[in-house]
Amino acid sequence: MDNSSAAEPACVEAGAITEIAFTLNGAAARAQIAPRQHMVDVLRQVFGLTGTHLGCEHGVCGACHILVDGHVVRGCLMLAIQANGAEVVTIEGLNASGAIADLQEAFVRRNALQCGFCTPGMLMTAHALLQRDCAPQRAHIRETISGNICRCTGYHAIVDAIEATARERREARDAK
Amino acid sequence: MQNEARFIGVSHPRQAARRHVAGRGRYTDDIVAAHVAHIAFLRSPYAHARCVTINCEAAGVAPGVIAVFRGCDIAGVSRPWTTRLERMPSHHSAPQPALVADETCWQGEAVVAVVAETRAQAEDAIELIEATWEELPAVESIAAALIDGAPPVHTALKSNVALDHTIAEGDVDAAFAQAQTVVSHSFAFGRQTGVSLEPRSILAEFDARSGILTVHQSHQVPFQMREIYAEQLGLSAENVRVIAPDVGGAFGLKLHAYADEMAVVAIARTLGRPVKFVADRLESFISDAHAREVDVDGRIALDADGRITALEIDVIGGFGAYSCYPRSSVGEVLQAVQLAGAPYHIGALRGRIRGVYQNKVPTGAYRGVGQPIACAVTEQLIDLAARAAGLDPAALRARNFRASPASPSKTEGGVVIETLSLQECLSALCRHMDYDALRREQASLRKRGIWRGIGLSAFIEITGVGPGLYGPQGVKVSAYEGCRLSLQRGGKVRCATSVTDQGQGTIDGLAQVIAEELGIVPTDIHMVAGDTGQTPYGGGAWASRGIALGGEAALRASRALRGQILSIAGALLQADAADLSLRGAAVIGKTGAAHMSLAELADIVRFRSDTIPLQEIPPLEAFEQFVPLALPYLATNGIQAALVEVDPGLGTVRVLRFWVADDCGRIINPQLVDEQIRGGVVQGIGAALFEQCIYQNGQLVNGSLADYQLPLASEMPDIDVLHVSTPTRETLLGARGVGEAGVVGSLGAMWTAVNDALTPSGARVTRQPFTPEHILDQIAAAKP
Repeated sequence: MDNSSAAEPACVEAGAITEIAFTLNGAAARAQIAPRQHMVDVLRQVFGLTGTHLGCEHGVCGACHILVDGHVVRGCLMLAIQANGAEVVTIEGLNASGAIADLQEAFVRRNALQCGFCTPGMLMTAHALLQRDCAPQRAHIRETISGNICRCTGYHAIVDAIEATARERREARDAK
Repeated sequence: MQNEARFIGVSHPRQAARRHVAGRGRYTDDIVAAHVAHIAFLRSPYAHARCVTINCEAAGVAPGVIAVFRGCDIAGVSRPWTTRLERMPSHHSAPQPALVADETCWQGEAVVAVVAETRAQAEDAIELIEATWEELPAVESIAAALIDGAPPVHTALKSNVALDHTIAEGDVDAAFAQAQTVVSHSFAFGRQTGVSLEPRSILAEFDARSGILTVHQSHQVPFQMREIYAEQLGLSAENVRVIAPDVGGAFGLKLHAYADEMAVVAIARTLGRPVKFVADRLESFISDAHAREVDVDGRIALDADGRITALEIDVIGGFGAYSCYPRSSVGEVLQAVQLAGAPYHIGALRGRIRGVYQNKVPTGAYRGVGQPIACAVTEQLIDLAARAAGLDPAALRARNFRASPASPSKTEGGVVIETLSLQECLSALCRHMDYDALRREQASLRKRGIWRGIGLSAFIEITGVGPGLYGPQGVKVSAYEGCRLSLQRGGKVRCATSVTDQGQGTIDGLAQVIAEELGIVPTDIHMVAGDTGQTPYGGGAWASRGIALGGEAALRASRALRGQILSIAGALLQADAADLSLRGAAVIGKTGAAHMSLAELADIVRFRSDTIPLQEIPPLEAFEQFVPLALPYLATNGIQAALVEVDPGLGTVRVLRFWVADDCGRIINPQLVDEQIRGGVVQGIGAALFEQCIYQNGQLVNGSLADYQLPLASEMPDIDVLHVSTPTRETLLGARGVGEAGVVGSLGAMWTAVNDALTPSGARVTRQPFTPEHILDQIAAAKP
């Protein structure tokens, strides 16, 4: 391919600082970013939201999971510039909203975490699963969280905690 | 003592877990320091090479760059160090530099450090460094290192043999000559690495005015690092403070002193500006300690009654380029031999223990250290012997288990045993898993071409290791654990412990012990750990010591503080202190009535001590320490079982079920204990099926998380955990260690299960991980 004739990306040139505007944990946010910066660096370094972790920075471990327009996203594989206009939710936002308070409580009660480094990402994945499926089988839970590496627990307790949350939500719904 | 809220033996939720689920963990990289600069390293691209030229001019003037350090720039601040073991003078290691000045001996060794305003700028500048290298012959495999005339791994080495040692007990040759059954097996344990999800991270600040170096570091043993940094930089230890905040997994790999981290503290001292280094995942794979690369030949002898009469084991490990500082790299091979056959009366043992240097990442501690190898070798040999003798593997184990000794005694390998419960663990396990039914099911499935395997794996494990391991070797690693308790205003208790916690829940376990003794709730105890500036001296986290030793110190300190509280209360209440007790954060009298709250008592001591009719008022602060002295460590035991299915066409292994029966003595928090075991088991399954550092031409070719396969949830089974509880008599608390039990036994259970499944083919796996390729190769080779 002849590079000279290739269409240039519309908005940025390499190295140029660009401003992005997006919704972060429900509030309007702006940041001056370099085009090469990934979303987690911006969340951690610009906004001080250190609950999102970097375990590999190559899209395998899932410690960097965030919600972008309602979808679970590998924050380390997303350029910050892609967040322009998007709605971004981190573990801090999800925690403050109370939306996963029962899931968090189940993780604590069942000790479904040890070092805690994978936990915010794991909670994101579990939250998305429980929104889609109110009665997931254990095998399905295991399959769904297989994009999140936990080196400490061996996963059994995490599966228990997610399963228990699903059950409790069903019971609460049925009781109404 | 009845009717009290009890915390020992209860699955009380961990306080730290609440922070983590809220995204409020505080790991080293989360800590903000004013005016911090960031470090990135140029690492050696070659397994072995001489550095001819390094041109850092362009890097030095790149945007944001503050300074560039080469090996020659750093050697004057932090001289190369040498790993030495005083009792093993033949174990020599080359001097290791913080940054390579001349000769690099593994791919990944740090060569140049660039300090910049941001990590990205530091990485950009690294790209501008022009280095030329003269490649030297490299030694990769264990076999290549052993060849006569092999090139030295480092030019300072006379030989690549790092250790060659033999142990013998009993008449091994006679036993084999007279044996009814002799079986042998070769084992290749693949090179692995710990892969903590949080990479190694360090933030170092030097205050030139006060001369104080403060280091935040993701590490297991802050006091060890304090000693090392002080010695390297010529500071007094009192002027070095090492703080381990939340640590995102450690597993032994965060026990060592790494060259790049030595460079970071040296740069902080030189620059007078805070500097931070967080390893990225790719450099973690080529700089974190590796482990386990061990080749073993083993054989076992049985007499006509199916009794073991001898075990012989020849172990050789790959140490990488340097013996890991400061604990050395010998632990893996040493414990692989010392623990071999330990659960059984084996009569006679001969072991050869060797280690060789290689142009690869140095190998060091990874959870279990050698014990998983000892267990896997022993258990596989026992299974093969059972098959050869026509005996059931469970029955052969039961026949040969070491009985619990009346008084502490030594195994053939020299392991000191206090009490054992192997028969009880085996009975509990077989009953729970319904061993006999599984054997029947296995037989009927085999007729339908379904290959299932049942693997058993018994182990004796060393936990809570005392001062005898490192002390006599001249290695400044503390085995002592301390606890300082004080009664605060409001009736709350502050606990400063030398024990550190990387997610195990040890700190919460200690709080449960203290709460039980002082009649308060764990949430009223403020726990301080992982900070040499605030806690008593001690070992931290290694060799499953947190609850076993640190818990004992906490128990003793609690009793001492309780004594102080009750003596003050007795004086105030005009009562005999012996008639008083603590419950519900209050002093309770003979009748069971609460006389005064701990909060009131704490305030009287602070503000109205004139009203206390005592000559001397106790300080409401107690310090106790504990180190095992009567025994070298607290040995423990257990047994595990795996049920696997091998697909003979694909060579894949599915783990269907997994069971563990473990004896860690008195259990403080059953849930935390179970989760330690489960996590360890999965690390062993990962080792058995997936994990390996693959080297080609001295290059690690799978050094990413996409290529180095870790166990994922979908591939792992549910794990049942059972307990037999035999409290140790060495301590008042009675707890033994449990942090490594899972991984110590599970690798062996996987070896025996997979080879049991392969029985119809006559094939046996000999290399770990058991990749589909290896399994299909072995099946093909076994075909007549």
